[in-house]
Amino acid sequence: MLEIVINGSIRTVDAPEDMPLLWVLRDIVGLTGTKFGCGIAQCGACTVHVDGVPLRSCQMPVGAVGNRAVTTIEAIGETEVGRRVQRAWLDREVVQCGYCQSGQIMSASALLAGNPSPDDADIDAAMAGNICRCGTYVRIRDAIKSAAAKVEPA
Amino acid sequence: MTVHRSAAVSRRSLLQAGAVAGGGFLLGVGLFEGIAQAATSDEIATTGSKLNAFIRILPDDSVTMIMPAVEMGQGAYTSMAMMLAEELDIGLADVVVEHAPPDQKDYGNPALGEQITGGSTTTLAWFLPLRKAGARARFMLVGAAARQWGVEPATLRTEGGTVFHDASGRSTTYGKLADHAASIVPPSEPTLKDPHAYRLIGRSLRRLDTPDKVIGKTVYGIDVRLPGMKIATLASAPILGGTVAHVDQRAALVVPGVRQVVVLDDMVAVVGDHMWAAKKGLEALEIDWNPGPNAALGQNDLWAMLDTASRGPGVTAKSVGDADGHLVGDDVFETDFELPYLAHAALEPLNCTVHVTPGACEIWVGTQVMGKAQTAAAEAAGLDPSQVVVHNHMIGGGFGRRLEVDCVTNAVRIARHVDGPLKVIWTREEDIRQDRFRPLYHMRTRAKVERGRITAWHHRITGPSILARWLPGAFQKGIDADAVDAAVDMPYDFANVQVEFVRHETPVVPTAFWRGVGPNANVFAAECMIDKIAHHHGLDPVAFRRAMIQTKPRARAVLDLAAARSGWGSPLKAPPEGGRVGRGVALLAAFGSFLATVAEVCVADDGSVQVLRVVTAVDVGQIVNPNTLQAQVQGGTVFGLAAVLHGEITVEQGRIQQTNFNDYRVTRIDEMPILEVHFVQNDEAPGGIGEPGTVTVQPAIVNAVFAATGVQLTRMPIDAKKIARGAA
Repeated sequence: MLEIVINGSIRTVDAPEDMPLLWVLRDIVGLTGTKFGCGIAQCGACTVHVDGVPLRSCQMPVGAVGNRAVTTIEAIGETEVGRRVQRAWLDREVVQCGYCQSGQIMSASALLAGNPSPDDADIDAAMAGNICRCGTYVRIRDAIKSAAAKVEPA
Repeated sequence: MTVHRSAAVSRRSLLQAGAVAGGGFLLGVGLFEGIAQAATSDEIATTGSKLNAFIRILPDDSVTMIMPAVEMGQGAYTSMAMMLAEELDIGLADVVVEHAPPDQKDYGNPALGEQITGGSTTTLAWFLPLRKAGARARFMLVGAAARQWGVEPATLRTEGGTVFHDASGRSTTYGKLADHAASIVPPSEPTLKDPHAYRLIGRSLRRLDTPDKVIGKTVYGIDVRLPGMKIATLASAPILGGTVAHVDQRAALVVPGVRQVVVLDDMVAVVGDHMWAAKKGLEALEIDWNPGPNAALGQNDLWAMLDTASRGPGVTAKSVGDADGHLVGDDVFETDFELPYLAHAALEPLNCTVHVTPGACEIWVGTQVMGKAQTAAAEAAGLDPSQVVVHNHMIGGGFGRRLEVDCVTNAVRIARHVDGPLKVIWTREEDIRQDRFRPLYHMRTRAKVERGRITAWHHRITGPSILARWLPGAFQKGIDADAVDAAVDMPYDFANVQVEFVRHETPVVPTAFWRGVGPNANVFAAECMIDKIAHHHGLDPVAFRRAMIQTKPRARAVLDLAAARSGWGSPLKAPPEGGRVGRGVALLAAFGSFLATVAEVCVADDGSVQVLRVVTAVDVGQIVNPNTLQAQVQGGTVFGLAAVLHGEITVEQGRIQQTNFNDYRVTRIDEMPILEVHFVQNDEAPGGIGEPGTVTVQPAIVNAVFAATGVQLTRMPIDAKKIARGAA
């Protein structure tokens, strides 16, 4: 049995230590907002935050999480930045099929948390690991800039 | 928005969704106020008064709309709801949408004759039927109010889900009328709104499906969770057409969480408590495969077979004038174009959840073809289709892949051997290896030029017939209507035209529809050939085309608009890092729509191509939702960009060479050009837009490379080495 902190709650999971966090979230905890896309950290659909750092959960053994806090798409809206990004995603009507967008939003939220006003090169660097097969990239870029411009007072 | 799954199972699914919810579920309710937030109640969707196949109204005034086409990102749920709501005279705020069950009679696509979402047909096929359904329901509601108040229906008006009798100041809502309205018989041809009276159609209304998608709440097929469900993953024969010789299960069965190994003649699946156990179990298995007859098959063999077939007999799909008689003497051009296999690589890998019980089978899947999914499950389970319940889901990218039901067949074949519900998930590697690919195509084009115009045109298309397998009724007299689409009805007024189709099924590599379908290949060949001729004669590619579409005002309008907005003819500056720059144009008349695309590229010394800007002018006739239209053109462009720059599936020693996104590259954000989409506004009947952007960007880019370098590439994808060598 392992204890991990997911979205602010301590969860006890019966999982082997080498099991990727992705499958723990999806198949054991039941948080299916984090998506499986490639299994080899090529597409970014499985991006979650571990102590605020965006990681590909398909490559993160659950045994290596330790006492760090895992945040998923289901709870990123509880952070000011995540909420702002989700709003911008809707305002800019970014989403098509939506399958990659959990990962896109997690990557964008981490980007803005560390860099409040990213330029195009910053966005490319932070987001190039997230594939969108529907091709929403133009709007993703716009939405990140829009979210950056709308910092809410604390 | 709540998307209800049909019938009894929605209860179970919704309970599961509730279990998944955690913080985000509740959070979402307050977060996106003002955006269409449909009821999140867990009522079974079949409550309410059914006014027709598409509309049910509940006493609380919420309206359930049953969606005949599926949502895979193209915005169909929102645009179809807009069509219904427009004539029903309601807003979208209280709308709950529901996936249609398999039902050919009520939900068959009027353009295709089956319950299919594809071919960019949703808007053009459903625009009238759904508006009529909305108008009929409104007629019934108005009739119920008129009876109740003893007044003439003509004295009533509707707005926002309420019926008003202004003379008496009375009003009542649809929810209160629906029960009585259900007994009123509406006319089959109800009066429709004048387009100038539209309140919803033509506006960029917010999508209904997106609020759930940004909080991770949407349940795609792969997210289905059922009590007692196990998860399986599978390996198919590494050599196409191979079979299982022997499996040593011991190493798999000792992996913690592995429950069972299922051995079929052509694949092996491991069943576990979770995907990780199934995956580890599969890796631990020792499988001996029989290679079968294709172990020596290579890509060069496949190209050679195609080339040989292209010289054999074909059937004439179109013949106007005497093309062959004119294709003699000087100024006759001939070029062959070759297009590769392409994978769909939708981001949601193939998956299907199945529960087989004695005499019944339930499946949970995201499919573009409800009826075919039901039939496939029935055949694989040895049941009658009436014994199969299909629960459709949001699709994490279709692009044609979910027009196929092989994943349903294979999931049921596996699940038959397993007690209880089973979710079968394809790894990305298996999703690519087991794709049904966009076919290899060979396109031979010949043209005669006289007085600066093309006067004779010959287009010989060699490729498989997907329709012969998939929609046999559309394969007539040896002609595949899709394979020749946009070749037999080009926008150009060539006096002599010959179009031929040579059916050639490449061995063992399965093929299927891919975003852009037939026009993808045909428009590519034609538009590249036209540029070759323009270049040879020193003619401007836009002016050359323009002179040949005198009788096609809609084609001219998009061509002119794309040229104007792209700055066609103005000098193009190389970026600071250097390279040769060029512009290319392509024109499309297909899917009921007209598009012209201008691409700007920069080609580096090593031949690598960077696409700088893509400007597309679009005429789809009446526009239902401009924002969605723009999104489809943007997305379609990105899809085509990936194909022309990177897309290629190859076979060596009988094996598909590509495995994942590392070696089957798709577009990423850091290679995105500037995208511009401009609309031509008119009142023509709506055309399709899911695919055209994918089609036009490919020849536009290749033509731009040609303009920049003088190298005309004829086999896709773009090969930087060929450009660097200066020869195609």
